[in-house]
Amino acid sequence: MQRRTTRLVAAAAFGIALAGAAGADPVDDTLEVTTEDGTITLTTTAPAPDHLKDAFDTIYSGWHFRDTDTRDMQRDDFDNPGMVFVDLGQEKWNAAIGANGESCAGCHEGPESMKGLRAVMPRVDEKTGKLMIMEDYVNTCVTERMGLEKWGTTSGDMKNMLALISMQSRGEIQNVAIDGPAAEYWEKGKEIYYTRFGQLEMSCSNCHQDYAGYNIRSDHLSQGQISGFPVYRLKDAGLVSAQQRFVGCVRDTRAETFKAGSDEFKALELYVASRGNGLMIEGVGVRH
Amino acid sequence: MTSRLWLASWVALAATVPATAETAPGEVSYVEGAVAASLSGAAGDPAAGVKVMTTNAQGNCVACHQIAALPDVPFQGNIAPALDGVADRYDEGQLRGIVANAKMTFDGTFMPAFYKTAGFVRPGDAYTGKAAPEDLPPILTAQQIEDVVAYLLTLKE
Ligand code: HEC
Ligand code: HEC
Repeated sequence: MQRRTTRLVAAAAFGIALAGAAGADPVDDTLEVTTEDGTITLTTTAPAPDHLKDAFDTIYSGWHFRDTDTRDMQRDDFDNPGMVFVDLGQEKWNAAIGANGESCAGCHEGPESMKGLRAVMPRVDEKTGKLMIMEDYVNTCVTERMGLEKWGTTSGDMKNMLALISMQSRGEIQNVAIDGPAAEYWEKGKEIYYTRFGQLEMSCSNCHQDYAGYNIRSDHLSQGQISGFPVYRLKDAGLVSAQQRFVGCVRDTRAETFKAGSDEFKALELYVASRGNGLMIEGVGVRH
Repeated sequence: MTSRLWLASWVALAATVPATAETAPGEVSYVEGAVAASLSGAAGDPAAGVKVMTTNAQGNCVACHQIAALPDVPFQGNIAPALDGVADRYDEGQLRGIVANAKMTFDGTFMPAFYKTAGFVRPGDAYTGKAAPEDLPPILTAQQIEDVVAYLLTLKE
């Protein structure tokens, strides 16, 4: 309430200056995507999941916080620069890269066999009881079943594969489990989310909960959702995974970051994903 | 700011100001959030203060605050109260306290402490993502704080 008042006062004083700037609130828009097989409409806003009701009524994909040009690029697979990387992932999927000529396709057939997986990741693996992010599943196959060196967590091969697998769940509702064996990881992720890190003493929640919708310098703060990930980032001219984004955000608090793929960031990814339960997986989003 | 730059400005500063006059971050005394005396022992320069306030790796105050008197500075944020007329609302000591460590005035505030060197969770070496050095410098030097305060004192309505 106090913040809202402040903003109204500021807006009144700077009506002219603000008119040209990005709006403070998420853009009211619908994400209809033209694909090779026709048009699909993706749910990018939803009622907040129960565990988040204290913080938000409604959750929004980061897509709603981007400018018109960037939003438009995600409306058509032909314009979405991320699709090139999906194709590269598909090539790798089919290629006989294993030590004995194994390929992903050899064991899993087409990538459609991965349909639905992205929407429930991260999750606790039934067999090992370990929290897995998608990168862990990929690397388990790469090392144990193909006899290769593991792929770097944020390597090109890895992110292309994330993009391909994520695309198979486009339109599925994100729904990660937070109870049962996941509960302890979820609690740990939540603790990280609310910890004020670094010399700037800022937590994820400071930026993406308390000030979502506001502008920090030129950045329009979103709720920090990951339903669109991996995303194609125009600024980097490449794919960015959720793990990579976390590294960037923590670094920006003048903190010593955790590593991509660390236990801390895996737990954080589970928690952040759970804040978006109810949004649809977008495949590969576009951000600037 | 990179630590080398920081060192350079500190050395430059040390040349002009007697070292004894400076109050170290750990020694600042806050009285109800306010800090009475100059942290550097010298007066501030408002023009230098503007530079600090609008430079990303320094104060970057405009990331969060708007300042109508600086219309040429692009993309001023809207997180925090506009700073116009701030000198009518606070005196010099209060402003110095807010810039040095706003948490002493506003409990739990989002505003970073610019003259503080300890008590952080996983402090880093500026924006490298690496661990902070043993002798982590404050984000702003004593003189930079004074320069910012000097500029804030010009913001009257
Ligand atoms: C200093 C402010 C700040 C902090 C602290 C911060 N972020 Fe961010 N974050 C940003 C900005 C700015 C962006 C880019 C604009 C946007 O999407 O909000 C961003 C983007 C993101 C995105 C991408 C959203 C999208 O749709 O592209 C995710 C996910 C995210 N942050 C998660 C986190 C997490 C998790 C943490 C804590 C570990 C965190 N952030 C801490 C400022 C911050
Ligand atoms: C990341 C955000 C952020 C940055 C960066 C920031 N501030 Fe603030 N500042 C705030 C917030 C939020 C408040 C409101 C205090 C509160 O209630 O938490 C505030 C309050 C203030 C106030 C009191 C304003 C009033 O009218 O009550 C002053 C003065 C001030 N800041 C100066 C500065 C200066 C100078 C800098 C840079 C050296 C700076 N701020 C950088 C967030 C920020």
